[in-house]
Amino acid sequence: MNINLTLIGQMLAFAVFVLFCMKYVWPPIQTAMRERTEKISAGLAAAERAERDLALAQQKAGERLVDARKEAGGIIEAANRRASQIVEEAKDQARQEGERLKQAAQAEIDLEFNRAREQLRGEVAGLALAGAEKILAAEIDPARHAGLVDQLAAEL
Amino acid sequence: MASENQTVSEYILHHLTNLTYGKLPEGTLRHDGSIVPGGGEWTMAHGAAEVSAMGFMAINVDSMVWSLGLGLLFCWLFRRVAVKSGNTAPSGIINAAEMIVEFVDNSVRDTFHGRNPLIAPLALTIFVWVFLMNLMDLIPVDLIPWSLALLGVEYQKIVPSTDVNITMGMALGVFLMMLYYSFKIKGVGFIKELTLHPFNHPLFIPVNLFMELASLLARPFSLGLRLFGNMYAGEMIFILIAALYAAGLIWMIPAGLLQIIWAIFHVLIITLQAFIFMVLTIVYLSMAHETH
Repeated sequence: MNINLTLIGQMLAFAVFVLFCMKYVWPPIQTAMRERTEKISAGLAAAERAERDLALAQQKAGERLVDARKEAGGIIEAANRRASQIVEEAKDQARQEGERLKQAAQAEIDLEFNRAREQLRGEVAGLALAGAEKILAAEIDPARHAGLVDQLAAEL
Repeated sequence: MASENQTVSEYILHHLTNLTYGKLPEGTLRHDGSIVPGGGEWTMAHGAAEVSAMGFMAINVDSMVWSLGLGLLFCWLFRRVAVKSGNTAPSGIINAAEMIVEFVDNSVRDTFHGRNPLIAPLALTIFVWVFLMNLMDLIPVDLIPWSLALLGVEYQKIVPSTDVNITMGMALGVFLMMLYYSFKIKGVGFIKELTLHPFNHPLFIPVNLFMELASLLARPFSLGLRLFGNMYAGEMIFILIAALYAAGLIWMIPAGLLQIIWAIFHVLIITLQAFIFMVLTIVYLSMAHETH
């Protein structure tokens, strides 16, 4: 426990180390730490912003999805409507076609009927004439009474 | 132990003697019975008596070497951290060093409200350097002195902070800074503070001066001697425990237990003392900056 030159030596060493620390140690470490703090807080802010953006995008995507679903529903409904319309049209057409066919058949039937009637009428007239000829024989002159017979035939 | 047939008190005394190089005055009786010739002699002291005879013109080589070595270790370590911390993601030693820096920075901010770029680096240097010097206390007391004795170095105290020169050297350094900043910041106000405080009346100037000077001068002594006292006492207990090993085989186990307990406790003490030295330095310098 003797005070000696060590005291002075330690004071000098102390001064030198403190100056070294002040010049070459403290400022760079402080700067580095401050820069890192800034970088980290910037990174955190960016992460937060990205999270917000993500939430916004998700919300937007959800809205889009709802819209799309609604649109799809509309399309399906329209398609359904159109399908039933087509079916209705087809039914109408078929009904019309049926009607037309029926009418054509009717017309043909009518035609055939008329023709058959004409034919029948002619034959009946002939038969009546033949019968009358046979009954009346010589008394009736076919050439003279042809007008009468035709009139009769027309009345049938 | 330095030699096998020494008594316990010799052993303890040997551990408490610095390796001192200095000038022995003319006519001193040396340890081997020779007398120092005319004009004195520069030599390594051998024993406490020769150290005393050397007086002020001597230097404790061991304290100086360990202290400078640890100071350089601090500078090298933190300089490396300073270079590296800027360009990489911090890890390992960088984290540890930055934690210390942050801790010191917070301590300074809490106590020191002026603007002075010297205070924080000063506090960091004090904290780490004093801690490293104190840390030497945890190395087994005989390991390095005994190894060095084999190499022919007779005395060795490896804990610089158990040397009052070292702790007072730092305390006086702080004291000089206190005086410098007191005059620089306050100028004449510093004189007024010493003379007109606490009793603001011209009649009380001598009383004030006495009280203020006493409290001012007490600061470096309390600062330096507190660290010295704590570390010296701690080292002394380690030496006593080490001496206990020599008391016989049966003492080995209690001595080992004691050593472990004291070492664990001492981990706390060395950190605390380094911290106290740093905080008091900040407080004293903060007082030097503040005007009442």
